[in-house]
Amino acid sequence: MKKLLKTDLDTLFQAIASRQTLYIPVEDAGKQAAFIPYAPGLVMSTALNTARSAKDLFFPQVESLVNFRMDGKHIEIVSAEAEAKPFVLFGVRACDARSFDILDRVFYDAEPQDTFYARRRDLGTVVTLACSAPEETCFCTAFGIDPAEPAGDVSVWESGDSCLFRANTEKGEALLRDLPLEDASDGAADAAKDAIRKITDLLPLKDLDLTPFGAGKTQTFFDDPAWASLSESCVGCGTCTFVCPTCQCFDIRDFDGGKEIRRYRCWDSCMYSDFTQMSAGQPRPTQKERFRQRFMHKLVYYPDMHEGLFSCVGCGRCLQKCPIHMNIVKVIRTLGEETK
Amino acid sequence: MQGQIKEKAIALLRSGAADRVLGWKLGEFFYDLTPAVFRTPEEVERDFVFSVFSGPNLSKYLIEESKKEGRVAAFLKPCDSYSFVQLQKEHRIARENVYAVGVACDGMCDMKSIRAHGVKGVLSARQEGDKLLLETLYGPAEMDKRDALPERCLHCKSKKVVDFDEMMGENGTECPDCGRFDEVERLEALSAQERFDFWRGHFSRCIRCNACRNVCPACSCVKCVFDNPDSGVAQKAAASDFEENNFHIIRAYHVAGRCTDCGECSRVCPESIPLHLLNRKFIKDMNELYGAYQAGADFDSCPPIMDFRQDDAEPSVIYARGGDRA
Repeated sequence: MKKLLKTDLDTLFQAIASRQTLYIPVEDAGKQAAFIPYAPGLVMSTALNTARSAKDLFFPQVESLVNFRMDGKHIEIVSAEAEAKPFVLFGVRACDARSFDILDRVFYDAEPQDTFYARRRDLGTVVTLACSAPEETCFCTAFGIDPAEPAGDVSVWESGDSCLFRANTEKGEALLRDLPLEDASDGAADAAKDAIRKITDLLPLKDLDLTPFGAGKTQTFFDDPAWASLSESCVGCGTCTFVCPTCQCFDIRDFDGGKEIRRYRCWDSCMYSDFTQMSAGQPRPTQKERFRQRFMHKLVYYPDMHEGLFSCVGCGRCLQKCPIHMNIVKVIRTLGEETK
Repeated sequence: MQGQIKEKAIALLRSGAADRVLGWKLGEFFYDLTPAVFRTPEEVERDFVFSVFSGPNLSKYLIEESKKEGRVAAFLKPCDSYSFVQLQKEHRIARENVYAVGVACDGMCDMKSIRAHGVKGVLSARQEGDKLLLETLYGPAEMDKRDALPERCLHCKSKKVVDFDEMMGENGTECPDCGRFDEVERLEALSAQERFDFWRGHFSRCIRCNACRNVCPACSCVKCVFDNPDSGVAQKAAASDFEENNFHIIRAYHVAGRCTDCGECSRVCPESIPLHLLNRKFIKDMNELYGAYQAGADFDSCPPIMDFRQDDAEPSVIYARGGDRA
């Protein structure tokens, strides 16, 4: 384990940024945290989490796939793949770190591999930060995530006036090598971990019961009448899907400028009226079916395909951001109650 | 007030004055109330909550609710009532199917404001006079209720419920000195480049979740042009900076003269973009060019943009003269 005085964090950031692009959470013009490339003068935000999740760095909202240049009947195909360089993502919380595992199973480990996503994953080094002050909306522990032991290539703990660093992977070892860090004992972060666990024991959502859900439960919940009341006041916006670290649906569209055509992919939202619309029509004609899709995907369909793993990490963003305060916790409570 | 409103909801269902009640449903926490339709007195008894966290504007739900069979009772705060009247003027709500209960309002708290004040892990809140007493994961905390209010309540334009069948509590009055145009004036005083930078700084964070549009009572088109793949301008994501700006500016133009300044757009924006400032700029301009007008304030006035007179000011001419609006 390595150690650094908090007052020297900026020196550390400069050292990392001199070698590769470094993203840190910084307060933006909306007074919320966002991952922004480090530049001298930027100060790391003390917010628990970024407004948008860390998935943006690997799976951005919009990315060009290919461009077409039209000249009469001649179509020139132009690669749109931007030059990619190694980067470091600093300050990811345990919940978002788990979300990478969930996305990897879809984009990285699957056949065929999503090369755009995979390239960023290969080039990115993830430095996680243990949560010193969880919010009441946090429920990562319900998914077996320990905010005191965040995954990633390097884990960092705040302890008194210091930060403690532990490399978890070769990529992490490589990052910490040559950085101005002091040695620390292996148990140096234990007090910080204990303090975090004392708080997580108090979290109001820590006992959220997920046992009724998981693989093989499609028939149990699909026709549940509760979907109608749960979705009744949903305004059909995409907020929950776009701030979600595990939502992974995308659409491919063309931006047609006449002579220049840009083919890009962008996040899609199952909450939208044209989600997976086909020539035969809309398979989910009302908000009830779209709403159901989102939660069935997280709690049943994804576990069906991935050894029971839920595709929610309990980050609490949807709890804080939904315009009408409907969210996965309310769905779990309502549907879960019925099965008892 | 909470108890009286709940009793009123139960009484309306029991007496048959209403078949359904539109209100706010208890959440997981004390603050995360969800707009909901209640059909039985038992449901109301169990789940109905009215508190200083009943912020969401219910009026847009009445477009669909008033089309259904039977009568729906709705609890409307002053802001909600302006939207209610405006939607009636646009023939979007069947008034005869609504029983409107006006609810006096002294500002609705918002967790965004509470968290911005630096309070973390809030478990409960109790109002005592002007103070909010909070219990948190990190011990007790205290703050002025005023600090828990969102911008729209700090600059509340009116505490008057403008259309109701029955009023709960004493109806308030308009607040002409609310200072809601102060920030618009500050932006007007900036140079064009500074203003552009201000808006780019905000719009660049837009994730096109459409929450502002979907929650907006003035955005009541059955099919939005931005959702129609055949329109040529449908945008699932902003593919460029231009599209980021375009969506919000087009939306502001489209609701100009109909926006009641209820502030829902800014309340729901997950990226904290001050969208209400765009609409307020239009409201301010219309007030100055065509005379004071408040959308949703009454049933008779004609919106300035629907009203053409030969002596109307010509904005481009006025601005060409250097902005002298005399």
